[in-house]
Order: sequence, then structure tokens, then C-alpha cells
Amino acid sequence: MRPLDLLGLAWGALAGQRLRAGLSLVGVAVGVAAVVVLTALGEGARRYVSGQFESLGTNLLIVIPGKNETTGSIPGIGGAPNDLTLEDAEALARRIPQAELVVPLAVGNETVSRGERRRQVTVIGATDGFLEARRLAMRSGSFLPEADWDRASPVAVLGSQLATELFEHENPLGGVVRVGEARARVIGILEQRGTQLGVNMDDLVIVPVASAMQFFDRRSLFRVLIQVGVHTEIALAEQRVIDILAERHGEEDVTCLTQDAVSGALGGILAVLTLAVAGIAGVSLTVAGIGIMNVMLVSVSERTPEVGLLRAMGARRRQILALFLVEAVLLSSAGGVIGLTASWLATQLVMLWYPSFPAQPPAWAIGASLALSLVVGALFGVLPARGASRLDPVIALGGK
Amino acid sequence: MIELADIWRTYTMGGEELHALAGVSETIEKGEHVAVMGPSGSGKSTLLNMLGCLDRPTSGSYRLAGREVGDLPDTELSRVRQTEIGFVFQSYPLVARLDAAANVELPMVFAGIGRAERRERVRRAMQAVGIEGRAKHRPAEMSGGQRQRVAIARATVMEPKILLADEPTGNLDSASGTQVLDLLDRMSADGLTLIVVTHDPGVARRADRIVVLGDGRIVRRMAGSQVTDLARLFSGSEA
Ligand SMILES: Nc1ncnc2c1ncn2[C@@H]1O[C@H](COP(=O)(O)OP(=O)(O)O)[C@@H](O)[C@H]1O
Ligand SMILES: [Mg+2]
Repeated sequence: MRPLDLLGLAWGALAGQRLRAGLSLVGVAVGVAAVVVLTALGEGARRYVSGQFESLGTNLLIVIPGKNETTGSIPGIGGAPNDLTLEDAEALARRIPQAELVVPLAVGNETVSRGERRRQVTVIGATDGFLEARRLAMRSGSFLPEADWDRASPVAVLGSQLATELFEHENPLGGVVRVGEARARVIGILEQRGTQLGVNMDDLVIVPVASAMQFFDRRSLFRVLIQVGVHTEIALAEQRVIDILAERHGEEDVTCLTQDAVSGALGGILAVLTLAVAGIAGVSLTVAGIGIMNVMLVSVSERTPEVGLLRAMGARRRQILALFLVEAVLLSSAGGVIGLTASWLATQLVMLWYPSFPAQPPAWAIGASLALSLVVGALFGVLPARGASRLDPVIALGGK
Repeated sequence: MIELADIWRTYTMGGEELHALAGVSETIEKGEHVAVMGPSGSGKSTLLNMLGCLDRPTSGSYRLAGREVGDLPDTELSRVRQTEIGFVFQSYPLVARLDAAANVELPMVFAGIGRAERRERVRRAMQAVGIEGRAKHRPAEMSGGQRQRVAIARATVMEPKILLADEPTGNLDSASGTQVLDLLDRMSADGLTLIVVTHDPGVARRADRIVVLGDGRIVRRMAGSQVTDLARLFSGSEA
């Protein structure tokens, strides 16, 4: 039998049972789309999170007051850790040669107002190095000036959204806002950035760290960020931090977080998540396959007399099998293509709504789902046909 | 050409044995026109299916053109069905989704014959049975007589040496039945070996000779012209 004729016969047979063919097609398409979309979401989540960490730079060391005890208590919460002071931060800056940047941070919530307009926002007390350490950019004006860390000064840098809220169409630069009780002059507006590690970088105020500690009436810093020049020296710097602070406090009472440790752990968790999602998707593909098998079983048992007729006119067993195989492969490959198209549309939609979410299916998921749908389709399509082709023609014909 | 020697076909149902054929021996020469008669359940269809290699005997020997059919592997049997034998059934089973021309073409598709030659042979076969005007009609759009003629065109398009017909006029009115029988007679006159199962004496009368089955055995042989005596014997006994 010629390949083109085989294709024509198979096509004719499919066209002759549209409902069943359609159901199989939908089954495969849904299975493939499920695999691809689910893994795209899982992979997207993983990339989103690791991207968030990478945007901070991989050479960042974060010093948190309080010791991360083996009891598992969260540092900074519960217990009363020693203060991590501005003087501590200055000592770190002086005594760690590997450190490119040291940024003391004080963080809190305050009401920021201008005339009648007021908002409760995150206030970050920082120093000039913060801009580089957090990879931020200025839209207009300038960032905090280089100055002694312990000198408060009445200036503020606004997030882009907050600037619009408070000033609308006016130029915010040089304007005066109230942060809590204190007045501050706006010297710069940040470029739009979105949410970074849970903080909306567009809706905040950045002031000199000494000013922030005055507003909050606090002696302890929230964090100290240390940017190390060379990635391989992070461990060295970390040890220095612990030694210096232990010497100053008389005990080891801080916790260091490195970029690698945090994003590594999270990335691992998310990779497991992607696998689990792929597993779920695989199950859905198998269920779709069983659906195809049911459809094919009905189809074959209904077409057993036809098989007998074809055998009576000289069709060989292999030709009958080839016919059903081509039908099944046509169905499942068409279903696979439809499923892929649908999942592409779905991921495009997700990216349209959440442009920062990289919902990209991994290549292995596309390959595996297509291969699986072909195999499942072919297997479940041909298995029932084997039985019919093995019958004696006269039995298949139904005793006619 | 066809040599049957002590053919048995036994069905086992619920531990009980049923002999659909119980020792049939018969020789049919090339070009003969034979009618097989007998009451319902006497084994006529079983015998015809055996002759058409659709079924295998439980025991006995069937030699076709000198070759023992029981020894042939499935692919070879398929080839025999494809090239040596044409089959016409009572209920003219056509493939419902294909039009008349495509139904006639089907055996040639499985035989791997090229498109151009297929088209030409379909045209000739349909002309021979007088349904060339129905090429694009589906089975559901044709009368019983037309469908049976499509079935005959399909059975003969591979130019077999033997044509087997199981009650070919059983479902037809007498006018279209006569048309079909005239057609078969013409093919027989052209040298085709024709074996027709029937319970209709009018059909059997056209044959060179008649074989009468009863309970899986041949109970009588006679010439076609002798059939009138039998008409009384079987009248009303067939379903
Ligand atoms: N597939 C089968 N299974 C069991 N018994 C069968 C089968 N086919 C035919 N028979 C039996 O064999 C006998 C002969 O059947 P058949 O050749 O169809 O008779 P006829 O065509 O003369 O009416 C009948 O008793 C029938 O019931
Ligand atoms: Mg019968």
C-alpha cells in the first residue's frame, strides 16, 4: 500500500467519525497544554524568584542583628538581641578590606504627607551606597549625598509612584514633604522598579540613616548590607564580620545571609515544585491517553465488520494495523500541535498581565509532552486494533 | 481447480460440538457455474467462507490451484483473497463513508496499484455492472440493487478467477435481482468460476450444476435444469 493512499484512508476514516476524533483530539490537546502550561508556571516562578535575588547582585552579604539559634527562632524576632549600631557599621566599613560597599539600613513605616495628601509608606534610612547595592536607578534629581553616616539631614528620595501621588503634575524636586513629624526636601525620584524582595520600591521614601533612626527613635539598625568586590571572597568577608562584631559585642550575636545560600535554597525548593507540577501534568496526559484508548476501543469494536471486510478483500494484518496507527498518530500529533498552540497563547496572556513573570515552558517539557502524547496516542490507538486484525475475517465480518 | 476432500468445520459451544460442515468432498473445475442450495443452517455460508479463505477447516484438505490452503501463512492467504477470489455477500457490506467509486477502488489500494491505473479500472468495472453514473454516490444514496452491483464491481475489479456469492439476490426485489443475476451470468460466460449460494430455485436454475447441502453434508448433486423438482422441497423453509 502506498503511503499517500494510507494517509488518505486514515484521513477518510477520521473524517467519518468526527465526534470521536474530536474528543480524542481535545484529550491530547488538553493533556499537552496542561503539561506545558503547568511547567511554564513552575519554571516561571523559579526564574522570577532567582531573578529577584540576582537583581541584588550575587556579591551581597546581609548582616542581621540577633543570632540564628539552633532552636530555629527567626533572627531579630523573639529574644532581645544586642543592638547593631551605626558605629558597628562604621567599624565594618573600616576593617573589612574585601568590602566595596557597606550600607547601614534602618527600616520602618511612617506617614508621609504633603499638604492634605498623606500616605503610610515604608521609610528606608540608608546611605549613598544603597543606590548601587540595590541596583537602583534615578529618574530625576540625585540620590542621598555622600556624608557622615551619623549626621541627620532633612532630605528625601521618593519612589516614583509616591512622587506622583504627592505631587501629581508638579515637579517634586525641591518640594517639601513631611515624614512623620520632620520636614524633608525632595532631592530625587527613583526610576520605576516594582516589587523587590517584598518591598514596593516605587512607593517608599529613602532618607539618611541617621535621620531615620531619629524618626523611629531607635538605636539599632535593621540590617547592614555589605557588597564584596570579588565573589570568591564572600566567605572570607563573612568570617571577618562575625569576628569584628563578636569582638565589639563580647559575644557572637549577628547572623550573616549570603545571596548564594538564600537563592540556592529557594531555587532548590522551586525546582522540586516544577517537578511536582510536571508530575501532575504527566498524570493528566496519561488520563487523556486513557480517554483516547476508550474512544479507540469503541471505534475499533464498531469497525470490526469493516476490518473483516477489508481482510476479505485481501488486506493484510499489517496493513490494517498501519491504518489504525496512522489514524492514531494523526490524531495525537494534531492534538499535540493544538495543545502547544493553546499553551503558547496561555503563557503569552500570563506575560501580558504580569510582564515581570517569565512564564516560559522548559524545552524538556515541550519535548516530553509531545513525545508522550504521540506514544500514548499510538499505543492506545493500535492496541485495540490488534485484536480486530487477528480475528478470522469471517468472525470479524460478523458471520455474514 | 478447487478440490475439497473430507472437509469438517466444527464449532464448540458450551462444551457441545456443532458440525457446520461434516465431511464435504467436491471438485469444481475452472469456469464452472455452481449453485449451492440447502435449508437454513445446513452449512452453505460456512462452505462458501471456507472456499473464499475467510475461514479454515477444522480438518480435511482444501486444494486451490494445486496448493494446500491450510498450509499457507496469513500473508499468503491475504494475497490469494486479493488476487484469486472475489466475494459478494447477501447484505452488500460497503464502507458507508466512501462513495461508490472509492468502494470499488479499495481492494486495489491495499494491493498497491497506482492511482492512474486504479481510476481506469474503477471506470471499467463500474461500466461493466452498469453503475458508472453513480460513482460519486454514497451507499446510503443508492438502492439495494445498485449497492449490490457496486459490491460486484468491487469483487471483480482485481480480476479474480473465482467469484463467490452468498445469496446475492436475497435482499433484492425481483427486477434488480434479475439484473444482478444477468450480470453474474455474463461474467461466468466470460470464463469466471462462479459459485452462488441460494435458496431460490430460479437462481439455481442458471447454474451448470447444483450441490444440495443438508446438515453439513452434500445430500444431492444435480444439473441446473433439474432444479424444478426441488422448488417444492425447499419452498418456505428458508428464513
Ligand atoms: N461463528 C459460529 N459459531 C457457532 N456456530 C456457527 C457459527 N457460524 C455458523 N454456525 C452454525 O453452523 C451451522 C451452519 O451455518 P451456516 O453455514 O451459516 O448455514 P446456512 O448459510 O446454510 O444458513 C448453523 O447451525 C450455524 O448456527
Ligand atoms: Mg447463510
